[in-house]
Amino acid sequence: MGFVTPDYGTIFWMLIIFGIVLWIMKKFAWAPILKALKDREKSISEALNSADKARKEVAGLKASNDQIIAEARREKEIILKEAREIKDKIIAEAKIQANAETQKGIENARQQILAEKTAAINDIKEQVAELSVMIAEKVIRKQLDNPKEQEILVKDLLNDLKLK
Amino acid sequence: MLKIIFNRLKKLNLLTAEHIEKKMMQILRPIFFLILVVFAGTGFVSAADMTEKDAANSHSEESFEAGKYVIEHVSDAFEWHIATFGETHISIPLPIILYSSNKGWNFFMSSKFHHGHEAYNGFRIEHEGENEGKIVEINENAEVVGLPIDLSITKTVAGIFVSVIVLLLIFLNIAKSAQKRANKAPAGLQNLFEPIILFIRDEVAKPAIGEKKFEKFMPFLLTAFFFILINNLLGLVPIFPFGTNVTGNIAVTMVLALFTFFITSINGNKHYWKEIYNPDVPWWLKYPVPLMPIVELSGVITKPFVLMVRLFANMMAGHMIVTVFVSLIFIFNKLMGVEAGLGVSVVSVAFSVFIVLLDILVSFIQAYVFTLLSALYFGMATSEHH
Repeated sequence: MGFVTPDYGTIFWMLIIFGIVLWIMKKFAWAPILKALKDREKSISEALNSADKARKEVAGLKASNDQIIAEARREKEIILKEAREIKDKIIAEAKIQANAETQKGIENARQQILAEKTAAINDIKEQVAELSVMIAEKVIRKQLDNPKEQEILVKDLLNDLKLK
Repeated sequence: MLKIIFNRLKKLNLLTAEHIEKKMMQILRPIFFLILVVFAGTGFVSAADMTEKDAANSHSEESFEAGKYVIEHVSDAFEWHIATFGETHISIPLPIILYSSNKGWNFFMSSKFHHGHEAYNGFRIEHEGENEGKIVEINENAEVVGLPIDLSITKTVAGIFVSVIVLLLIFLNIAKSAQKRANKAPAGLQNLFEPIILFIRDEVAKPAIGEKKFEKFMPFLLTAFFFILINNLLGLVPIFPFGTNVTGNIAVTMVLALFTFFITSINGNKHYWKEIYNPDVPWWLKYPVPLMPIVELSGVITKPFVLMVRLFANMMAGHMIVTVFVSLIFIFNKLMGVEAGLGVSVVSVAFSVFIVLLDILVSFIQAYVFTLLSALYFGMATSEHH
């Protein structure tokens, strides 16, 4: 059974060949191949990580965008509210001013009216006085006809005057 | 009449003559190839071997010793026999390297022995006796005076060279493309072997040795795996320069196992050696008779021994069974005539094909098992805890 006893010549050559092959393969084949595999795995995982990061960043960006929009909306509301308040205030002030102005106008008008009235009354009084004088003149002229009638006339005239 | 019908059919089914021929070839080619493989691998070469032996032992011209033929076929040789036509032997002579205390170093080609029939320079290949198959030193009277130190490049060694060249060609090429295509998708050969390399790394080395230390052992594991796999597969290709039974040679598997053994021993940590020389067992198992240390130490030697025998036996068996099936043809031929031989040849070829296909599977399994067990031993030697 020669084939189950190891032949030392074959062992000798096999040791040398396999040793050299192991060294060559280790240095020139496995080192670059395993390195390439590792590098590729690393780059793939890095790419995946960065994609994940980018996705998260985008999500963050969206969130911050939403926040900005919400803030802007809030600001807009505040501004609108302020504007409304200002408007109301202006309107109110305008109303007050207008009221005051009107009041003033009315007062002026009233005073004017009063002044006119006084003037008119004075005028009338003057005229009445003139009329009275005139009437008196007439009465005096007519009086001589009838004393009774004269009395009635005076009475009437006086009544007329009293109306005033 | 038939021709017309056939022509009409051809037109109908668009079955041109060319098409039929192509289809037939498609079916026949693999079958033909398989038959060729089996015949060339076993039948063809075996016939050649027979004639050679017949010529050698001219007194037993008609005899066919199946056992001897099978053993010779799976054993090592000093020349690389390719074929024999009649009395012409076609074989590649291999260098013989001998050292004897009388004659010093001797270098010559094995063709000087004339296929083992003649002595040269005081050396001869023994064909029988206790030194059967070995080169012996003889004196002028053709008496054996001693055994020279034989470092010849035998068929197995030449086979190792061939497979190593294939191995280097493949993996240096892959390394080149790996460097060139850094961080890109693999291409070509790289694409074919990368999954296997990844499998060895992620399914064998990492779980067996551990995440931290596996990288140190990767070169050996990968080299061993691909060396065994390529030798296993090339051993099944029966065309020169392949077909040598390298992994079915116990010296080769012994060296591989020795590598595993030495790497395990060198990298063994304190814990590993403590478990061998001073295991955690009751004191009376260690003193006065160191029972457990002996058991543990025998385990250290058994592990590589089992590696050696398993690979050798599996590959040897595959080659042997194929040869046995083929020699059946010649046995039947001799016992019951040519017709029986022809009849048996059909069965033999069918079985041989089956065995060869099985051997392809075994090639992968054995390479995997060797690598896995080596990785497990490395893992045991470097583990920190139980």
